[in-house]
Amino acid sequence: MSIKEDHNRFRDIIKGKIKDNLKKYVSQGEMIGKREKDYVKIPLPSIDIPTFRYGPKQKGGVGQGEGKPGDAADGEQGQGKGQAGSDPGEHMMEAEFTVEELAEILGEKLELPNIQPKGNKQIDSTKTKYSGLAPVGPEGLRHFKSVYKRALQRYISSGTYNPENPVIIPIRKDFRYRTFKTITKPMVKAVVIYMMDVSGSMGEEQKEIVRLESFWINAWLRKHYKGLETRFIIHDAAAKEVDENTFFRTSESGGTLISSAYKLCMEMIQNDYPPHEWNIYPFHFSDGDNWSGEDTRLCIRLLKEFFMPHTNVFCYGQVESKYGSGQFLKDLQKEFPADERILLSQIENRDGILDSIKHFLGKGK
Amino acid sequence: MGNLTPELEAERVKILKFAKDAGLDFFETIFELITYDQINQFAAFGGFPVRYPHWRFGMEYEHLSKSYEYGLSKIYEMVINTDPCYAYLMEGNMHMDQKLVMAHVYGHCDFFKNNVWFSPTNRKMMDAMANHSTRIRRYMDRYGYDVVESFVDTCLSLENLIDRYSPYSQKSIEQKAEAPRDASFLLRYDREYMRNYINPKSFVEEQKKRTAEADLKKDKFPSESQKDVLKFLIDYAPMADWQVDVLSIIRDESYYFAPQGMTKTMNEGWASYWHTKLMTEKILTDSEVIDYADHHSGTVAMSPQSYNPYKVGIELFRDIEDRWNKGRYGRAWEECDDVRERKNWDKKLGEGRAKIFEVRKIYNDVTFIDEFLTEDFCIRNKLFVYKFNQKTGKFEVDTRDFRAIKAKLLFHMTNFGQPIIRVEDANFENRGEMLLVHTWEGIDMQPDFLTETLKNVFTIWRRPVVLATVMDNEQMLYRFDGQEIKTHKVGGQEKSST
Repeated sequence: MSIKEDHNRFRDIIKGKIKDNLKKYVSQGEMIGKREKDYVKIPLPSIDIPTFRYGPKQKGGVGQGEGKPGDAADGEQGQGKGQAGSDPGEHMMEAEFTVEELAEILGEKLELPNIQPKGNKQIDSTKTKYSGLAPVGPEGLRHFKSVYKRALQRYISSGTYNPENPVIIPIRKDFRYRTFKTITKPMVKAVVIYMMDVSGSMGEEQKEIVRLESFWINAWLRKHYKGLETRFIIHDAAAKEVDENTFFRTSESGGTLISSAYKLCMEMIQNDYPPHEWNIYPFHFSDGDNWSGEDTRLCIRLLKEFFMPHTNVFCYGQVESKYGSGQFLKDLQKEFPADERILLSQIENRDGILDSIKHFLGKGK
Repeated sequence: MGNLTPELEAERVKILKFAKDAGLDFFETIFELITYDQINQFAAFGGFPVRYPHWRFGMEYEHLSKSYEYGLSKIYEMVINTDPCYAYLMEGNMHMDQKLVMAHVYGHCDFFKNNVWFSPTNRKMMDAMANHSTRIRRYMDRYGYDVVESFVDTCLSLENLIDRYSPYSQKSIEQKAEAPRDASFLLRYDREYMRNYINPKSFVEEQKKRTAEADLKKDKFPSESQKDVLKFLIDYAPMADWQVDVLSIIRDESYYFAPQGMTKTMNEGWASYWHTKLMTEKILTDSEVIDYADHHSGTVAMSPQSYNPYKVGIELFRDIEDRWNKGRYGRAWEECDDVRERKNWDKKLGEGRAKIFEVRKIYNDVTFIDEFLTEDFCIRNKLFVYKFNQKTGKFEVDTRDFRAIKAKLLFHMTNFGQPIIRVEDANFENRGEMLLVHTWEGIDMQPDFLTETLKNVFTIWRRPVVLATVMDNEQMLYRFDGQEIKTHKVGGQEKSST
C-alpha cells in the first residue's frame, strides 16, 4: 500500500536520515513529556509545514460552559468524529498516558528486555491470607454470612422456612470458619541512587537532560519493582544527599571531586541497603570534569572494589557541556572497556537520551 | 457495489428509504466496510484511496494509527464528496454505530449535492486525485524524488493562499481595449447650451482625476491586487513546466477541499440533525437506545476550550426549524419586547422544515452564523468568548456578550481562519520584487512561520519578496532576498537576521 511508503518517508525524516531542511520544523520530543497530575503528555512527532498563520496566543475562540469572565477556560479537547477535510492541525498532537503505560511504550520502542532481579539475592516474605472456609475453627473466625446462608438453604430445602416468621437457627452443621494460608512471596527490593555533578560547568540544559533521562529510567524501573526507592546525591567538591526537588534545581560553583559522591553512595548502600537483599542501581551524571587524575583513580578503585560486586549495574552518563573536558568518561572507558556491570554512555543532546537509556537498561539487569 | 454484510446491506436499504422519504436528495452512495488500518490510511489521504507520494500523508497516518492503538480516538465514518459518493464503515464497530454512521452519511451526501458552495467542486475527484498522483510520480521518476518532494513541500507551504470565493464569481473578461482618451467621460448632450449643465465643471474635474488614477494603475502590475496568490505565481513566476504543473495540482486540491472548510459547521450540523431524526424516529431498536444516546452525546459534547461544529450546527438547525415553525422571525418578532409574549410566540406556521432545506442549499458557515445566531441561542447554549491572559498564562473566559461571540465566530470562519494575503505589486520598488500585503485584522501572524513561508515564496518567485504586515502594533515590512530576512519598521530602522 502506498501509505507505507509515505509513512516510511516520514519516519526517516523524523529520524533525520533525510532532508535536513525539514528537520527544523520537526517538533521533536517523542519521549519528552510534561507531567500533569498523574498523566504525562507526549507530543507525537510531527512536522509543521510553515504557512502564513495567526500566532496562537492571541487567538482565543468560542467555548461553551459555565464560568464568569476571568475564570479559567481549561479543558480537554472534546472528542468528535473526524470528517476528512482540509482542517489544518492547529493543536499539537498530544497523547496522554499514565506513567505505567509510558514505561510499556518505552520498553517496546527501545526493545528493552525485562529486568531479571538478582536471583540469589531475593528474600522471601511470608504473609497470611484468608482464603477459604472450613467446618471447624475458632469461634473468633466464624463467618457469619455463610453460616446464615447455609442455614437458610437448609430451611428452604426442607420446606420449613416461613416467610411470615423468618427465624433461622443454625445448627452445628451450618457453621463455617475462615481459614488462612501462609504464602511465601519472593520480595524484591530495589533502590536507585542518582548522583549528579552540580559544579559550575553543568548548565541548565545539561540538568534538563539528566531530569528527562532519570524520569524515564524511573518509569522503567518502577514497572519492574513495586515500591522502588530513589535517593539523590549532588556533588561538587563535596557530596551531600538532597531531595528530588533540590536535586534538579541546585547549581553550585567550584571544583569537582567525583569520589566524594561515590563515597557517600557507598556509605548509603552499606548503611541502608544490604546488597544481598536489594537490587541497587547507582546512576551518575556529570560532564566529565574531575579535579585530578588521582581522584579519578580513587573512583576507579571504588568502582572495582565496591560497586562492581555489590550493585546490579553501575551507570555513568556523561552529558556534553561546553566547559567539560569529558576526560572522566575516557578514563573509565580505558579501565572498563566492555564490562557488563559498569555501563558508560555519552549523551550529546536531548536526542541522545533514548540511546543512552537503551544502553543503560538494555542489558536487562 | 459495496461489500456490506447481508445484515448491514438490509439496514442500508431501509435507511436509504427513510432518508429519501424525509426529503434528502443525494448522489448514489456506496458504502464500503474496511478495517481500522485501511480507514486510517484513507483518512490520511483525505478520504481518497490514492494520492501523490508525500510524507505528510505518512505523518497523518502515524497520528491516526497511534491515536487508535493507544485508545485515544477512532474514526467512525468517512465520506467523500464525489459522484457517486463513497463512504466507509469501520469493521468491528457496533451494529448500532454502523446504522448511525449510515444515517449521518446520507446527511452529508445530501449536503454535498445540494449546497451551492459545493457546486463548483469536481465530483470526479477520485479520478483527478489518481491522475495527480500519476503526474507527480512521473516527475519524480524524471527529476528525482527529493527534488520533486522538496518542491511539493514549498507548494504546500503556500497552499492556503487561494481566493476561496473566486470559484463563485464569473469575472468579466478583462478590459484589454484602450478606452478612448479625451472627453469620453462627458455625458451625452444634444444641445450645445445644455453642455455645462449636464457636465458641470466639478464633474469634469472628478472624471479627469479618475482617468488619471486608472492610468496610474495600469502601470502597476498586477493592476488589481490578487488574492489568489497561487494563481498569480502559476501565471507569472519563472518556473519549469513540471513545477507549474505541480503547483497547479496543489492549487486544484486546495480549492477542492475549501468548501468543506467553509461549511464545516453547517455540514456536520446537517448530518447530525438527520442522524438524530432518522435514528430516533425510525431506525433504533429498544436495546440500542442507551448506546446511541451515549455515542451521540459524545459527538456533540462541547468543552470550555473548543468549538464543536457538530453541536453548534445541529442546535442552530433545530433553532431555525423551531423559529420558522412558530413564526419567530421578521420585524414583528424582532421588535417585540414583551417577555411573556415572546415566550408564548407561536403562529403555527409550520415553515421550519422547508426553511432548513433552503438554508442548507444557499448558506455557508459565515452567512449561516451571521444570519441565524441569536442572542437567545448564545444564552441557551452557554457560549462564551475566551482569550489568552498574558499574566496568568492561561486561557480565560473573556465575555458572554452576544456581539463579541458572534464577531469571534465570524472572524474564525472568514477566510477559514487564515490571514488574508494579497499580491499587491509584482514590480515593487521597480526591481521585480514581489510585495505581499497582509490585511491585518487585529491579530498578528506567527513570526517564525512567517519568515519561513516568505522564504518559500522566494523559492518560487526567485526575486526578493516583501511582506507588509503589522507586528506588535507596528507596521512592518519583512523582506527576504535569498540570503537573509530583513525586518523593517515602516519609517524606521532596519534589522536583519538569517
